[in-house]
Amino acid sequence: MEDRSILNRNLAQMLKGGVIMDVTTPEQAKIAQEAGACAVMALERIPADIRAAGGVSRMSDPAMIRGIQDAVSIPVMAKCRIGHIAEARILEAIEIDFIDESEVLSPADDIYHIDKTRFSVPFVCGARDLGEALRRIEEGASMIRTKGEPGTGDVVQAVRHMRKIQAQIRQVRGLAEDELFEKAKELGVPVSQLRIVHETGRLPVVNFAAGGVATPADAALMMMLGAEGVFVGSGIFKSGNPSKRAAAIVQAVTNWQDAKLIARISENLGEAMVGINENEIQTIMEERGI
Amino acid sequence: MRVGVLAIQGAFIEHERAFERAGHIVSEIRQSKDLEASLDMLVFPGGESTVQRKLLHDLHMTEPIWQRIDAGIGVYATCAGLILLANEVDGKPNELGRLSVLVQRNAYGRQLGSFQIHGSILGHQDIVMTFIRAPRILSAGQNVEILSTFDGYPTAVHQGNITAFAYHPELNGEIYL
Repeated sequence: MEDRSILNRNLAQMLKGGVIMDVTTPEQAKIAQEAGACAVMALERIPADIRAAGGVSRMSDPAMIRGIQDAVSIPVMAKCRIGHIAEARILEAIEIDFIDESEVLSPADDIYHIDKTRFSVPFVCGARDLGEALRRIEEGASMIRTKGEPGTGDVVQAVRHMRKIQAQIRQVRGLAEDELFEKAKELGVPVSQLRIVHETGRLPVVNFAAGGVATPADAALMMMLGAEGVFVGSGIFKSGNPSKRAAAIVQAVTNWQDAKLIARISENLGEAMVGINENEIQTIMEERGI
Repeated sequence: MRVGVLAIQGAFIEHERAFERAGHIVSEIRQSKDLEASLDMLVFPGGESTVQRKLLHDLHMTEPIWQRIDAGIGVYATCAGLILLANEVDGKPNELGRLSVLVQRNAYGRQLGSFQIHGSILGHQDIVMTFIRAPRILSAGQNVEILSTFDGYPTAVHQGNITAFAYHPELNGEIYL
């Protein structure tokens, strides 16, 4: 098991500097791959539509996921509900490359997350702060992403989570060794995980931004704040020209330091997703699974 | 050596650290203007080859980089980098190919097929070799020197100014130069 957890963290390292795109059909998956996605997230409905439809949302049909696996050569991810061990086992059985134990779907368990150390495939989990991130890593997550507020096209939560995690990491870095025990208690995390953050100044796994990224500038902003890559959900296929917008976001993640280049690639992308502001929504997904 | 690491997508920071630890001066290549620096070696890191190929094209970097390769600059390529430089990939000729090898992408399957072995290369024994959704070198031309093998297939090769790996030396901090 120990070996697989290293291999799984290694796969996340290969995704760095890349964009992971939500897709609902093999055709969208191909568009995403051609536009430069480093992986795709296969799901039946993108978060904006999940939000609009309401009701319980669950793991996607395995046949639909297989269709996407057959359509592309890049890694394919899929979501299971928080705590839904059986959905996760099904995704592992169809050899998914990464499972997202995701707050975007309706939680199956309102107390426990999946014990991800018992799986051979890697998991990515959302986190709003350092405590959530380290708890998920202790449970076996090989990659962390901000939770954002999926399907809104509003980047404010992703920014809030990324800033908070980075600020907490800087704070932990500055603590004395003997202050780590109290800090671990305060954050609700094992001191062993906190010690890694204290020594290295970073999370023990790769950390991506997710939630509300809709433009190349949004993607560049998240990279400036310390993200190692970006998930784009509704922002691409809810926009006017998905292929062009996707390619522009990919370039913005690579060259986030070059504002001139981002200005050029941001031209004439067509309409961005309309979006909803955080205070206009009723279902707050980021509060699921803490 | 002055080493330029292609830093457009993938595990480029791991390569930068490994080369720095070995005492080399490292710079990042994110745009074609970064190639104006004087360099002795170019590094193609692991990542997703489709993304890297697309970004090299969109950022107008393919031509200047391949000019440097053809002019003889040292090249160090892992995984996705091997795929970018192989003469034939999944049965199709690769016009950017500069290595006489036939490569099969994702040859060991999806992430569940990723694995680690201990092997030897260039006189180094018991080296950890990590294969992540790795390509397989199905065959290599006569002018290609085979540096390591696994399961009967080459896993590291050398030809002229190019050294390429199917696995990830950088993940274990090794570059054996």
